[in-house]
Amino acid sequence: MFGWEFPPHILGGLGTASFGLSKGMAENGNMDITFVIPKPWGDEPKDFAKIIGANCTPVAWRDVNWDYVQSRIGNVMDPQLYYDLRDHIYSDFNYMNTNDLGCIEFSGRYPDNLLEEINNYSIVAGVIARTLNFDIIHSHDWLTYPAGIHAKQVSGKPLVIHVHATDFDRSRGNVNPTVFSIERDGMLNADRIITVSNLTRQTVIEKYGIPAEKVITVHNAVEPLSEELLNVQVPPKHDKVVTFLGRITMQKGPEYFVEAAALVLRKVSDVQFVMAGGGDMMEKMIRLAARRGIADRFHFAGFLKGKQVYEMLKASDVFVMPSVSEPFGISPLEAMQMGVPSIISKQSGCAEILENVIKVDYWDINAMADAIYSIIKYPGMYKQLHENGLNEVDQIRWKKAGAKVINIYNSLVNP
Amino acid sequence: MKAICFYFQIHQPFRLKTYRFFDIGNDHYYYDDFANDDIITRIAQRSYLPANEVLLDLIKQYGNKFKVAFSISGTALEQLEQYVPEFIDSMKELAATGCVEFLSETYAHSLASLEDPDEFIAQVKEHDKKIYDLFGQRPKVFRNTELIYDDDIAAMVQSMGFKGAITDGAKHILGWKSPNYVYTAASAPKLKLLLKNSKMSDDISFRFNNYDWAEYPLTADKYISWIAQLPQEEQLVNLFMNYETLGELQPRESGIFEFIKALPRFAAQNDIQFMTPSEVISRLKPVGELSVMHPISWADEARDTSAWLGNTLQQEAVKKLYSISERVRLCNDRRIKQDWYYLQASDHFFYMSTKHSDDGSVHSHYSPYDSPYTAFTNYMNVLSDFRTRVKEQFPAGVESEELNSLILTIRNQENEIEQLHREVQMLRNNIVKDVAGDFKAEPLTEETGTKPEKKAPAKKTAVKKTSTKKTAEKKAPAEKATAKKTATKKATKQK
Repeated sequence: MFGWEFPPHILGGLGTASFGLSKGMAENGNMDITFVIPKPWGDEPKDFAKIIGANCTPVAWRDVNWDYVQSRIGNVMDPQLYYDLRDHIYSDFNYMNTNDLGCIEFSGRYPDNLLEEINNYSIVAGVIARTLNFDIIHSHDWLTYPAGIHAKQVSGKPLVIHVHATDFDRSRGNVNPTVFSIERDGMLNADRIITVSNLTRQTVIEKYGIPAEKVITVHNAVEPLSEELLNVQVPPKHDKVVTFLGRITMQKGPEYFVEAAALVLRKVSDVQFVMAGGGDMMEKMIRLAARRGIADRFHFAGFLKGKQVYEMLKASDVFVMPSVSEPFGISPLEAMQMGVPSIISKQSGCAEILENVIKVDYWDINAMADAIYSIIKYPGMYKQLHENGLNEVDQIRWKKAGAKVINIYNSLVNP
Repeated sequence: MKAICFYFQIHQPFRLKTYRFFDIGNDHYYYDDFANDDIITRIAQRSYLPANEVLLDLIKQYGNKFKVAFSISGTALEQLEQYVPEFIDSMKELAATGCVEFLSETYAHSLASLEDPDEFIAQVKEHDKKIYDLFGQRPKVFRNTELIYDDDIAAMVQSMGFKGAITDGAKHILGWKSPNYVYTAASAPKLKLLLKNSKMSDDISFRFNNYDWAEYPLTADKYISWIAQLPQEEQLVNLFMNYETLGELQPRESGIFEFIKALPRFAAQNDIQFMTPSEVISRLKPVGELSVMHPISWADEARDTSAWLGNTLQQEAVKKLYSISERVRLCNDRRIKQDWYYLQASDHFFYMSTKHSDDGSVHSHYSPYDSPYTAFTNYMNVLSDFRTRVKEQFPAGVESEELNSLILTIRNQENEIEQLHREVQMLRNNIVKDVAGDFKAEPLTEETGTKPEKKAPAKKTAVKKTSTKKTAEKKAPAEKATAKKTATKKATKQK
């Protein structure tokens, strides 16, 4: 598998989903998974998948001894693997910026020279594909499609690409032509395309012109929460709390949340609205809240991670995800796991599988405000969504999603 | 000799318009006139009117051999009067043939039988009055909203003077018994029960047009032969269904009208009669008692009340609604009374069901909302506004608890007065009988003479109750005790 993020060092939903899926597949048994990421930190869980760091894979020959390799990358992977990989360098990449081990450095994030990093990742993939023995290649999201294609060309093994999002979701239609071409190239070269929702599936078929029979939807799932997270402590509060949690970008529709908040606050005063997350529209949202005259009841909590997310959810009475376009959207599932009633936009992929949530059009701020009001004012509503939401999300397991992916593999390996 | 008892339900609720929480307190009109007009007109054109024509033709053709029964909810009647007045005329024509019986039910097609006995009785009376005004019949047989029934309801229905009631032949109640007999209610031995034959009814209402059904196509010949083949002792087949089955659920193209038209001919050949529920009750003997501890209905797979009261949303909405019923009954505002009826329609709660699979698809088929949560939010917003309006009818200074206790006092006193009144009547009768006798006459006259005077202040004010109570206690300690008992019983129920 080629991925870009892996817990615990994640920047968005991609890492969580890739991790959950790998784990779910491992739970189905009889799987040997190798997961390639640009830059492992050493604290990734390794119990169900072997981790290879792209920045630990040599592309240029260096004569280094075992102890030195052990001291440099021993925390990430076995030095023997380094030597195996070194035996499969297929071209002279000394002209590239390589380090003392003959490896290319990766940031593992989304830097300005992202395209260069994607290209380097694909070079590394060539070495890995020549070294390892595998039956199938699985690329998570467009950053790793070139690597997947390269590995397929080298090994002749079938390629599955996993579309967690498309550029149409990220840009509200103003597609970056370079990204589009990388995505389309990946889709054309893939033997199967897995999408995280039917919504994304339609985008892939219609916008990228891919034959429908090649595209299969496997909805995302969630890991059950640990006792520790379920029982996080939050200070007592007097007001009801309504929460937006996610990147404050165009794709997530934050302005609709602010407008709905303004409507609700016209009628009720004992409610607090929280917008947690960072993004390029944050300042605009602060100005909008001020202009609507609700700044005293509207708070910006900044970027939350790990346990903070669950503390925030625990303190919330309503969770809102007004995404304009959301391929799947894992956060409402997390909110439901914490027992928080959720309002999601109909334009979210997770709306396809969730029953016990309120679904509104992202632009319908009246309906959104009405739903918020209903949950905080009518106890029956809160109770129903709280209890049934917990039951429902409990059934959405990665193991089931993993089994579906394994079926797809089998159909490719033994046609 | 076997008999078919046809009964058709006609009901339409007043659907609510999209009512946001910012409308609370500002907008007091709740209904989606366009949708209500549109739906009732469409169904009337496709179903009610042509079906009425068919029935009228059959009655004319077969004399008084062909008979049917209807129950039409008050809300449906209001809509029909407003949007499809020609249907009311057509119904009057049917009523004039004498072959059509109208059944009693709650005016608003409500769940009052489960939640509020006083409201229930009031609504049944209101409905019967409406039927009498329109069609000149006083209903003798009762059918509750969606055939909801249990032992408590049976007792109430009998106390209102009905001879019979209609309900579902739910399997978990009947067990090995057949619905093709008349039963009596365990809690009300004089009340006879007619049970829906689900299989035969659903053959028409759900399977008639189903190509996958092994018996497709269903012909009148075949259908009547099934009835003829029933065991000799099973004399009655109760076919209860929605009237829109004819023409709407089973469209005209399916041949449903031709099927109905052909039924009487084959029935006559097989010596099968048509009877109205009243005729059934007067002619057939009950074979046994039925006891129903928990309410049943004809809805959903479970045949219980979970279609309306199954989840938290529904329970809360119903609870909030009926918590103000006492106050509404004390109001005189005509629009409040009207809204009160419209908001009680069971349909509003039906839309809030969160059931899945087959039941769920039935619920969402009828629901104007895209989800049960929207249905709940919309209804609760409307109800919030309605509750504010009702509260405004009462002086602001009166706390709701105080008001409730005052209401309770008034009710207790009413019961008491009624008891005493009866006693007076009884004593008076005794006096008349006793004129010949020579003793005990005098003290009795004295007592009766004083009573009416003391009754007057009791009615006027609730505060002076203690004085009346004392006198009452002196005179009729026994009756007093029973009156108190019923009063407290009611009070606890209210809570």
